[in-house]
Amino acid sequence: MRVALLLGVLILGSTAGEIAITHGMKATGEPERLRPRELLQFLKRAMRNGWFWAGVPLMALSFYSLLVLLSWRPISFVIPASALSYVVGTLGAKYILRENVSPARWIGVVLVCVGVALVAAG
Amino acid sequence: MGHELRIRIKTLVMILAMVVCANAGDLMLKRGMTKIGAVEISQSGLQHALLATITNGTIWIGIIFLTGFMLSYMTVLSWADYSYVMPAGAFGYAMLTLLAVVFLHEHVSPRRWIGVVLICVGVLLVGQTRPRTTEALAREPRQAAA
Repeated sequence: MRVALLLGVLILGSTAGEIAITHGMKATGEPERLRPRELLQFLKRAMRNGWFWAGVPLMALSFYSLLVLLSWRPISFVIPASALSYVVGTLGAKYILRENVSPARWIGVVLVCVGVALVAAG
Repeated sequence: MGHELRIRIKTLVMILAMVVCANAGDLMLKRGMTKIGAVEISQSGLQHALLATITNGTIWIGIIFLTGFMLSYMTVLSWADYSYVMPAGAFGYAMLTLLAVVFLHEHVSPRRWIGVVLICVGVLLVGQTRPRTTEALAREPRQAAA
């Protein structure tokens, strides 16, 4: 029960955090070259974006949930189970963002759910 | 070297860095948390765990790897499409399970392996959708300039 609860915090936190940070990154644009100085400037630009800072606490919360989960369960359970984030992401795309979700994507969602159920069963 | 080829190589290198960093990071976190022991959900338990994780070297090595993962992931997503990057993430689940067996000696039953394979295929299918909505943000100004 507490494992499922914490898995929920991990997934919701990382999904919401990723959405916020991706949004911030897209608005920042790409670094011109992969040199340390330019990467640093890229990071500075990203950090001036509010979306970036909305994402960070959420990521921190999900990170701590991950650590606690890893202290309880084998990693071969925790990491595959975290793939449920794709299910949450798809539901969010459909019901919050009102995107069209293709049949192939729904099949993927079902496969992930069945897969996680098998992983959880051991 | 052609522009297209350069972008392709740059992207593949970043994806490789992503996968290596993510897997190494997760394995380190698991190693650290095994040393720390099961976290108790109570005020003193969480306080103790916070202190123990902050002072644990293995956890920090894991964090450094995961920072590397985050940086390469964010950087690659700033120029490459999500649908091009994500298959690497899908196979990551299988790779991590394999690494858990090899390095951490975790027992993975056939049933769990079947579950992992289904997750990989499922994630692959979920990610196949073309991300139309995210495209516009970053590229519109450039197209307008051209």
